[in-house]
Amino acid sequence: MKKLILTTLLLLSWAGVSLGGIETRQFESPEQETAYKELVFELRCLVCQNQNLADSNAELAVDLRNEVYRMLKEGKSKREVLDFMVARYGEFVLYRPPVDKATALLWFGPVIMLAIGLLIVILFIRRHRNRPGENDPDEIIPEDDY
Amino acid sequence: MKAKFLIPLLIFLVISGFLGVGLVLDPKEVPSPLVGKPAPALSLPALDNPERIVTTEEFLGKPWMLNVWATWCVSCRAEHRLLVEMAKHTDIPIVGLDYKDDADDAKQWLRQLGDPYAVTAFDEKGRIAIDWGVYGTPETYLIDKEGIIRFKQIGPIDAKVMQEKILPLVKQLQEEAA
Repeated sequence: MKKLILTTLLLLSWAGVSLGGIETRQFESPEQETAYKELVFELRCLVCQNQNLADSNAELAVDLRNEVYRMLKEGKSKREVLDFMVARYGEFVLYRPPVDKATALLWFGPVIMLAIGLLIVILFIRRHRNRPGENDPDEIIPEDDY
Repeated sequence: MKAKFLIPLLIFLVISGFLGVGLVLDPKEVPSPLVGKPAPALSLPALDNPERIVTTEEFLGKPWMLNVWATWCVSCRAEHRLLVEMAKHTDIPIVGLDYKDDADDAKQWLRQLGDPYAVTAFDEKGRIAIDWGVYGTPETYLIDKEGIIRFKQIGPIDAKVMQEKILPLVKQLQEEAA
């Protein structure tokens, strides 16, 4: 029972956090609402740079949320809203930057690190397996030695 | 065998290198995509006369400077003195963009601290500032005779920025226009 109460409280507090900066909005369609939510979660607040527009209560974040809402209401697509933001604030506003020369290391770095790690593990295992003097099931002791 | 001992040192040096560079970079300085692009439209009422509409077009043909400020902005106060001096010693028009402010407070500020601006556009809601990619005041833009943004300063102008960046560029832009 205690566990259940604690879990509920924890979930409730989390819900409060994720809805922090979002105003009540009326949308024309569920698609529009989804687009709005995706956009405010994907766009960075320029004032508090480690927060997205949805989380931030900075004045600029409120203004930009209004701007996103207005554009969607006007029938603009998600792409158009993102282009609008990039044209003004640069690619830095995107929490999911496009893959290009400057961001290649960011995108592929983890995969490269994983590959290096795997390589080290493989080499390590191989070397230990082939170390002479340790119990090798295939090693045969010559008859003369007995 | 000896080289093996050097591996942690090497990793340490590489990490230190990256962190060192990270310390020197200023994350607040987001490179503006607007530099090299035409200045966005302005079209706002003037602070001292709401009937006069300030537009980007009226400055075409000569270089000008746009300075985004607000009375609630602490570092704007610090840079204001330099702008007043600049207005005295150069003839480039400095246009103010009063950002999300109270008109009466703003007028009083200019009376008290001096008015370096050829005209101040009043952006009460901050809508135009979004088009200019403003995300922190003060911000300053230099626009050439063709209406292209050539420089953007994010944060307050200090004496060093004024001497090393703004004044030489103003001179260059004025020579280009001559």
